[in-house]
Amino acid sequence: MTTVFGVPIQALFSQLLVGLINGSFYALLSLGLAIIFGLLNIINFCHGALYMLGALVAWLLLRFFDLGYWPALLIAPLVVGLFGMLIERTMLKRLQGLDPLFGLLLTFGLALVIQGVARNYFGVSGEPYDVPEQLTGGRNLGFMFLPNYRAWVVLVSVVLCGLTWFVAERTRMGAYLRAATENPVLVQAFGINVPRLITITYGLGVALAALAGVMAAPIYRVNPLMGADLIIVVFAVVVIGGMGSILGSIVTGFALGVIEGLTKVFYPEASNTVVFVIMAIVLLVKPAGLFGRTA
Amino acid sequence: MPELATAKAGPPPELATRPMLRVAALQAWYGESHILHGVDLEIRPGELVTLLGRNGAGKTTTLRSLMGMVPRREGSVVLEDQETIRLPPHRIARLGMAICPEERGIFASLTVEENLLLPPQLRSGGMDLQAVMELFPNLQERMSSQGTKLSGGEQQMLAIGRILRTGARLLLLDEPTEGLAPVIVQHIGATIHRLKAEGFTILLVEQNLKFASSIAERHYVMDRGRVVDEIPADRFQSSMPQLQTHLGV
Repeated sequence: MTTVFGVPIQALFSQLLVGLINGSFYALLSLGLAIIFGLLNIINFCHGALYMLGALVAWLLLRFFDLGYWPALLIAPLVVGLFGMLIERTMLKRLQGLDPLFGLLLTFGLALVIQGVARNYFGVSGEPYDVPEQLTGGRNLGFMFLPNYRAWVVLVSVVLCGLTWFVAERTRMGAYLRAATENPVLVQAFGINVPRLITITYGLGVALAALAGVMAAPIYRVNPLMGADLIIVVFAVVVIGGMGSILGSIVTGFALGVIEGLTKVFYPEASNTVVFVIMAIVLLVKPAGLFGRTA
Repeated sequence: MPELATAKAGPPPELATRPMLRVAALQAWYGESHILHGVDLEIRPGELVTLLGRNGAGKTTTLRSLMGMVPRREGSVVLEDQETIRLPPHRIARLGMAICPEERGIFASLTVEENLLLPPQLRSGGMDLQAVMELFPNLQERMSSQGTKLSGGEQQMLAIGRILRTGARLLLLDEPTEGLAPVIVQHIGATIHRLKAEGFTILLVEQNLKFASSIAERHYVMDRGRVVDEIPADRFQSSMPQLQTHLGV
């Protein structure tokens, strides 16, 4: 059997794939966090809970409305995105101009409430959610077996990240977004409805998290705490990439997923901490993050 | 300037004396600090009026309050017969008023071109991009640079140029000559002259008295958050002693 540094190549590639899958979710979640932080100056601590809510809505749709994976992929982000807009309009809006700490506390509280309610009704053991039948099975690539569904998740995630980057960096809406991140009052004085822009942006960031949740459902099961475990790593990703940097969160998200995967192969004991070790080093060397702008 | 003939002709004569902007008892606050204590002023269509006053007199706050860019304001700001005191900034902008802020407000995360095209066209009658480029030919070669990589003078031109496309007819210019070399100040002065000739109405905050007297028709003098004096251009020289006391120069 072929080996690399004494590790069977099969094991190496399968951990790389696991890393890419995790990286896909890191990237999708940290992307939304980065955009929301940039525009609202709020560290959206309930992002993980909203990701879970995406998965939960997909499961509920299947259970009570017999709507499967494909409709859920559209409906869940829509429902959760609207829920996010409601949160922004009724609560986050009032924190504008205050210390970001208030936003962090409020969204942390919201995360506890959302997770608590979900736990109350669904327990903690989690519910299985099947891979859609079009994406079952997989293919043998010669050096490893690639499940179709995992390939699909990585593909969708890459496409969504690219699309978000394109909208933010190359379109008029993106120019409004970047300008409003720098100086919202002036952008509003140019005739742009900035409060609405903020609500929509928050909704889109949250919808992205919910979509990630739906995609995660067949891989990790639907569990009320699935977001709580993930969000801590995602925050480390955001810090490493640079607060508010879109490109930073995409690249860092995928890269850290892969690094985590590789650590599992070569030194499994460190696989749970490697992300935080990297975060500590980055904070020491480049406090603004790898892609962050120093103010 | 035939190439700049995109702007509309002035208002009909019977309207010419009706104010474009009428401000009465305007007060403004930043948090706990009460900055404006009752500003009254009027600007007729096509006029070029300056706001003079020493640092901290409330000139910049007056411009920002007119646009609704302060946390709290009271009083009355009537723009072309419409009361705007309760409107948010984006609604005020749509009524035809635009600001070129003191700190210029060029966005670092946008290119020069994106900065220039950022303010949407809200009404008809704005300049087209070509006319703006003819006013500020320097910007042409720098379109893909980062906005804040421009020199101070170029950033000022960009800050003025981007509000000319919006269709706004009342321009609030906050110290456009501040910190610029004399030759650039001249260029900006000539540009403001041309804008006036185009029919734009302009409210200009200025520290440079010589520059102000060379281009404006009327001057309002501010002190401690109030308008304390109004001086027409022909009385400017004779009012110098009075001005000196208010401006402390």
